[in-house]
Amino acid sequence: MNAPFAPPPQSLASQSLASEPVVRVRGLSRRFTAKGVLNGVDLDIRRGEFVALLGRSGCGKSTLLRALARLDHEAEGGGEIVVPERRSVVFQDARLLPWKRVLDNVVLGLGGADAQARGVRALLEVELPGREDSWPYELSGGEQQRVALARSLVREPEVLLADEPFGALDALTRIRMHALLKRLSEAHRPAVLLVTHDVDEAIELAHRVVILEQGRVAADIAVDLPPEDPERSVRFAALRRQLLGRLGVAEREPTSHPAEPGDRHDPTA
Amino acid sequence: MRAHSPALSTAVLERPTAPAPALRPTAAAAPPRPVRRLGVPPADPLGWLLGPALLLLVWTLGSMSGLVDARVLPAPWATASTALDLIREGRLQANLAISAWRAAQGLAFGVAAGVLVALASGLSLWGGYVFDGLVQVKRSIPTLALIPLLILWFGIGETMKVTAIAISAFIPIYLNTHAALRGIETRYVELAETLGLGRWAFVRQVVLPGALPGFLLGLRFAVMAAWLALVVVEQLNATSGIGYMINLARTYAQSDIIVVGLVVYALLGLTSDLAVRQIETRALGWRRTFGR
Ligand SMILES: Nc1ncnc2c1ncn2[C@@H]1O[C@H](COP(=O)(O)OP(=O)(O)O)[C@@H](O)[C@H]1O
Ligand SMILES: [Mg+2]
Repeated sequence: MNAPFAPPPQSLASQSLASEPVVRVRGLSRRFTAKGVLNGVDLDIRRGEFVALLGRSGCGKSTLLRALARLDHEAEGGGEIVVPERRSVVFQDARLLPWKRVLDNVVLGLGGADAQARGVRALLEVELPGREDSWPYELSGGEQQRVALARSLVREPEVLLADEPFGALDALTRIRMHALLKRLSEAHRPAVLLVTHDVDEAIELAHRVVILEQGRVAADIAVDLPPEDPERSVRFAALRRQLLGRLGVAEREPTSHPAEPGDRHDPTA
Repeated sequence: MRAHSPALSTAVLERPTAPAPALRPTAAAAPPRPVRRLGVPPADPLGWLLGPALLLLVWTLGSMSGLVDARVLPAPWATASTALDLIREGRLQANLAISAWRAAQGLAFGVAAGVLVALASGLSLWGGYVFDGLVQVKRSIPTLALIPLLILWFGIGETMKVTAIAISAFIPIYLNTHAALRGIETRYVELAETLGLGRWAFVRQVVLPGALPGFLLGLRFAVMAAWLALVVVEQLNATSGIGYMINLARTYAQSDIIVVGLVVYALLGLTSDLAVRQIETRALGWRRTFGR
């Protein structure tokens, strides 16, 4: 499935975790009319690294992501941001232009003679073959978000910024989207910053989980789960407990959590 | 109701004193009460013809019974035969062509100017400063109140008439197009920024198509405004056109010709509105509400 795109240089992919950060944030502060939101954020993301950003509602996750996307014309503040020009943003709403057909949405603003062909391949990659000529309204919410994903990946971004991209989707669609995003980010290896409020989503997808609190990075936790159950499930549950604790939320009842059958055998529960 | 569920009703009869359990048999036996539909059901596309048909019926009955004096309002059949006479003489077509040409010219100039000024004012800050206030001032003066001035400037000929129609059409085109251009959603602006669209690509791919529904709504109002202005300028001092035909008929107390003229105005208004709506359906196929 990852063949259709031009693969990233192998050398970079293999040395990714050791290389220079592609995203570098130092002492970032942002405020809206006297209301301080970010207050000295430091963050590095390396090529191919997938970072999830967690935090309570209103803590400034979107503000940080929009600063990285250079979309914060209204905010005041200072600090240093180094972010590549080739960056893509995925919003919570798919944000397709309703007056453009699916393929035209994907290749919007894309130059080059092969733009259409690249768009078609991108749609193939997000498992939407043959939907090039559909209108956005003819697609389900999950399909629209897959088009948005194709639109962001067809640009071969060095950094992918996603603000709760699956927040509006139903639980089953979200699980499918997790698998898709994981596969695509492994194939294309952009630096990813995924804003989410879903702890499981963060652990499932990210190499690192960063928690934002009171305008700063309050925790930076590596996710290195073993590949095999049962250890994986145990570590998953422990990590979730740790993250939820940091977010000030008590651990949920295991039974309310059907996505993780491993819970029920958690010896420490 | 009980007839539908003999078993359950028997059970009730056998144990009349039994306390009602959570699921009372009568409740289970009763067919579910249909949910009352509160919204108006979808309309038949030809349903709107009923009102005009009723009007025609009342008119016919009134004329047949003699309740309506023919000098006040001629009978439908008299009006129809007058219309046929006018067509045979060629007067109706000639006047209709002149009226339609006036309206079309005025509409064309008004729409073109409205779009250009709306673009200038909607797409640039300074354009807005210059033009929007001007148009708001103009909007508060009814176009028909400008006609005396237009007569002084252009005389009573075609130029004055077409200008008055153009100004009438200009206003709704400008207002709706400008509002649509300025009302483009910020989320689409943000999207365009993240995709690195240039200024021109942004206007062409995002702003203009996004403003199209507003423009088309303005076009419908403009068409109506153009017919209204046409009627007024033709009443004033015309020597040709449907309005002239009506005015002449008034001088000779030919109420049947007046009614024919009014029917022609109605048909012109209806068909042109239908035409604009056809354009809407074609151009806005991407909207869920259209093309379905
Ligand atoms: N454009 C804005 N103007 C004023 N206040 C804002 C704006 N955007 C965000 N805020 C405020 O900044 C704070 C952080 O918002 P946000 O970054 O959206 O939080 P979240 O972590 O939920 O994404 C909130 O209190 C919000 O009210
Ligand atoms: Mg947010």
